[in-house]
Amino acid sequence: MTAAEAAQALTHPGARALSGGTDLLVQMKTGRAQPDAIIDLKRIAGAIGVRETADGFVIGAMTPCAALGEHEGLMRAWPGVVEAASLIGSTQVQGRATLAGNVCNASPAADSVPALIAARAVCRIVGPNGERDAKVEDIAAGPGRNTLSPGEFILSFTLQRRPARASDAYLRFIPRTEMDIAVVGAGVSLSCDDARVVTAAEVAVGAVAPTALRVAAAGAALVGSKLEDAALAALAAAVEAVCRPISDKRGTAAFRIRTAGVLAARAAKIAYARAGDRT
Amino acid sequence: MSQSLDTPPFSVIGGRPVRPDGVDKVTGRALFGADFAVAGQLCGRVLRSPHAHAKIVSIDTRKARALAGVKAVVTGADFPNLKSEVHEGGESSSDLRDLAINVIARDKALYEGHAVAAVAAISPKIAEEALRLISVVYEPLPHVLEVEAAMAADAPILHDHLRTGGVTPAPTTASNIAKRHIFERGDLAQGFADADVTYEGRYTTQAVHQGYIEPHACVAQWGEDGQCDVWCSSQGHFMVRAHCAKILNISLSDVRVTPLEIGGGFGGKTTVYLEPLALALSRQSGRPVKMVMTRDEVFRATGPTSGAAMTVRLGAKRDGTLTAAKVELKFQAGAFPGSPVGAACMTALACYDVPNFEVLGWDVVTNTPKVAAYRAPGAPIVAFAVESAMDELARTLKIDPIELRLKNAVRDGVIASYGPKYRNIGYVETLEALKASDHYKAPLGPNQGRGFAVGFWFNIGGESTASVHVAEDGGVTVTTGSPDIGGSRASMQMMAAETLGLPVERVRAKIADTASIGFSNVTGGSRTTFATGLAVIEACRKIIADATRRAVGTFGVEADQVVWTHGQVELLDGSKPPLTLADLARESGKTGGPMSAEVALNAQGAGPGFGAHLCDLEVDPETGQVSVVRYTAAQDVGRAIHPAYVEGQIQGGVAQGLGWALNEAYLFDPGGRMENPGFLDYRMPVASDLPMIDTILVEVANPRHPFGAKGVGETPIVPPLAAAANAVRAATGLRLNDLPLAPPAILAASDLARAAE
Amino acid sequence: MTKLSVRTTVNGDEQNFLADPTTTLLDALRDELRLTGAKEGCGTGDCGACSVIVDGRVVCSCLMLAVEAEGRSVTTVEGLAEAGRLHPLQSKFLEHAALQCGFCTPGFLVAAKALLDVNPSPTETEVRFWLAGNLCRCTGYDKIVRAVMDAAAEMRQERCA
Repeated sequence: MTAAEAAQALTHPGARALSGGTDLLVQMKTGRAQPDAIIDLKRIAGAIGVRETADGFVIGAMTPCAALGEHEGLMRAWPGVVEAASLIGSTQVQGRATLAGNVCNASPAADSVPALIAARAVCRIVGPNGERDAKVEDIAAGPGRNTLSPGEFILSFTLQRRPARASDAYLRFIPRTEMDIAVVGAGVSLSCDDARVVTAAEVAVGAVAPTALRVAAAGAALVGSKLEDAALAALAAAVEAVCRPISDKRGTAAFRIRTAGVLAARAAKIAYARAGDRT
Repeated sequence: MSQSLDTPPFSVIGGRPVRPDGVDKVTGRALFGADFAVAGQLCGRVLRSPHAHAKIVSIDTRKARALAGVKAVVTGADFPNLKSEVHEGGESSSDLRDLAINVIARDKALYEGHAVAAVAAISPKIAEEALRLISVVYEPLPHVLEVEAAMAADAPILHDHLRTGGVTPAPTTASNIAKRHIFERGDLAQGFADADVTYEGRYTTQAVHQGYIEPHACVAQWGEDGQCDVWCSSQGHFMVRAHCAKILNISLSDVRVTPLEIGGGFGGKTTVYLEPLALALSRQSGRPVKMVMTRDEVFRATGPTSGAAMTVRLGAKRDGTLTAAKVELKFQAGAFPGSPVGAACMTALACYDVPNFEVLGWDVVTNTPKVAAYRAPGAPIVAFAVESAMDELARTLKIDPIELRLKNAVRDGVIASYGPKYRNIGYVETLEALKASDHYKAPLGPNQGRGFAVGFWFNIGGESTASVHVAEDGGVTVTTGSPDIGGSRASMQMMAAETLGLPVERVRAKIADTASIGFSNVTGGSRTTFATGLAVIEACRKIIADATRRAVGTFGVEADQVVWTHGQVELLDGSKPPLTLADLARESGKTGGPMSAEVALNAQGAGPGFGAHLCDLEVDPETGQVSVVRYTAAQDVGRAIHPAYVEGQIQGGVAQGLGWALNEAYLFDPGGRMENPGFLDYRMPVASDLPMIDTILVEVANPRHPFGAKGVGETPIVPPLAAAANAVRAATGLRLNDLPLAPPAILAASDLARAAE
Repeated sequence: MTKLSVRTTVNGDEQNFLADPTTTLLDALRDELRLTGAKEGCGTGDCGACSVIVDGRVVCSCLMLAVEAEGRSVTTVEGLAEAGRLHPLQSKFLEHAALQCGFCTPGFLVAAKALLDVNPSPTETEVRFWLAGNLCRCTGYDKIVRAVMDAAAEMRQERCA
């Protein structure tokens, strides 16, 4: 099946896209999804695989997350994105789950999303009317809803080349050590100059609002700093200020707000340390 | 029947042979409930109430019956109305009438998930479609979930006929309080007056599920002649037979239940849910019916254990001697009476020699699934409260927590708080062993704390039947009616081999169906190695007596001229070669017939289990996340028949206790619907959550079992709840009295503490 | 819905069966091929009891449609032993008493095999995190982890020999 054929098939009202299947099959089991047709996107050309290009990386959107962790170049350049993808579910889930599903399923707590937003990842979207690009933070519309039009699906994600002294990190809070849906997720990507002063920083948080949030003020708080306490405190405060989480079976709102600030600061420190190692 | 205690050295006991059913389990050949199938079987499904409490006004099944492929539909109307009949089942008692209504509702749905109808169809899809076509008219009623809310005067009443038992004068109005239990000794007021120091705490726990990985499953066939077959995974197929027969009002001997392998039970499979439904559907359809629960159904509709509200007040002298204890326990029973509050009252002070006490317990119904036994039912809950209070008392008195327990420890000759006199207990030895451990002295890192707690479980004996057959080549088969939930076939094999003086490979252990062996109580109550083992050993001793008699005849000597040793009968004067079991079996036709023995008994004298645990936790001060750093569990096991499986029981119980303490809880929405009926949000420990769990097996033999065995499986889940809470206290300075010890609660307590400063 | 034909290799053997488009690989293995080693513990990918290896990756077979196995190679617990000889993982699980009820055991064996295929010398932490998707309620994981590490050591020795 070609991308165009898949897009056409997906315009039918009862059709659902199948990527890794780790969300769709659960929805079918609980009765939440009862598709008339299931369109398997994995066999489309370009859907699976990681390609290193002159400008960066093109990640087939239907690549299993486990495969991302096997690409050395991607791990070196974007360790935060890779570790976020590697935290989804379990080893078994990572053998099937994909970035396409994780992003399009639009759970506010999706692990890959804060890291992809902080990385300024761009989606190549294929639809019945052609192709377009979009930023990852523009895909989710609310819990379980995305902004794709009927028939559209994400074919690939593009990440830029990394200069020296740039890196990223993703942390999440879960009550156990594995398996849980993130109660809070924080992704930080930053670059530094030779004096290890931060020249650019992006911060995104998940599970604290109906969609993951890019927190521009938090990134700005780090620029020009060497991650001194004052800068980290400003980052945490900026993160807390935008959080509007719910209280649910996974955590209270107050807990999420507080922990989001803590994790964003910790993720910033990890990204900074990694950036220092990258010459 | 003499039960002399054999002492080491043993040839087989204490070794670690590979279990006899092991290869089937590691190759995937073993048949668990859902793996079994019979030709022509239909698929059964259950329609469950979406309401926590509702009158069932009407059920219209016509459209469901008319759907092509549907072969049977049943509702409560298809089941007889039973009279009240209390039935002792393993560790707790239930009224069979309540059990029957729990299996399928009659005039009321009493919890979300309560079965109201069931269908059997030729495929799962058609069965599910049939459920959608059944229309039930409900009249929702106010519901109550929390135990103290259910006790309030204005609480919605679940059962109009329920009057609080154990109260005089007997009440005349309906209540949700099913029973009041009280245990008293001495003069409580005087005891507190004598105390130099008192401590009082209030504690709550939430309902938690046994969490077995295998959902309930069965296949049932109702023959045209009324002979029924049930294949199911269960902790007790004789219990399944009895419950099905009573619920359906048929004769027990018309039901044969064949036990399949069971994927975990922990008490939760000592009752029935699907089997009577499957039989009723099979009767109506004339076909076998297979029913398997989904994980969602397991959570919504099978018994968790109680949530509870408790208070503990302790009084002690400055030197640590306890002078008084007052404990009040309020336990959720779920939709029908029968929480483990009675057992909890009995175990509350079982580790302590206290002269004055009052333990008061309330069994309270709530609109939640009927609770089922969960590993030492009731004991972990009350131990959480008592051991947390003891920990604070130790701090106040500035006495080491282990020393404080030693100061008040029960010993042989002490009258237990629940009545009998302790004999051959190893509690002090267990405390000393833990005190001597490396863990006790190990240093702690930053943000880490060490918690200590003890625990007790009675363990039971009860009824078991075992039969032992010798094949013509001298090989031995041991058959029992005790389903194997954790390796008991291995211990039966080993005890038989030891008794008969045979290598363990010459003995096979099997489990027979209800038509092929005499009655056994459920596999629960930590009874199997003790009671079924006793029956096995006694049957082997009969074989030995029989073999000896035959040899005497074959040798042509007097009985006092031979001795049985190492699997053979030897002439004391050595004038002829010995006769092995194989020799005697080969000739058995000439010496009286097949060599076979059966013993049916009611084992008395089970030895209680005492445990003492150390738990090291690390608490992240910024997020409240808890990591388990190190854990050691010491326990008096009597005699470890197969040490690896004894260690495994302890490790498994500890893991469940830690899950209970840290992350597991039933969560309900305001409508009384469970919010987390799956393994994603009902958070049990995963492999990365735990370190290695070190065990110290203390052996103080139980002389009422030939090898000294005591039950081991339940005690280990009792201490971890308080051990974890005490570790959080040590790590953070925060005393959390409400389980689970979730990070938001820890952070909130931390904020409160800082605000108070 | 009409059933679709699925051609796949299971434990080295070519299989061809029919499945509904919405049937999971787990149900197809259990019901069509009578390979009941993989178990349904939850049906939603949270317990790992249904673990199988597909084209070298361990996955939850309850999260795959049977039709997705078309042209792929599947390994189940039934494929671990060869010609009457247990796999070292199976032997070590028995030796270490790393199973009690045995229900989770097939899933653990398959997941552990997948681990040792990519990492022949895992640390205890690596073993625990790799197996975090396999729930066990009986053992507390202690003996399972020991068995996996011991099997890894034995397999490393066999490779050197």
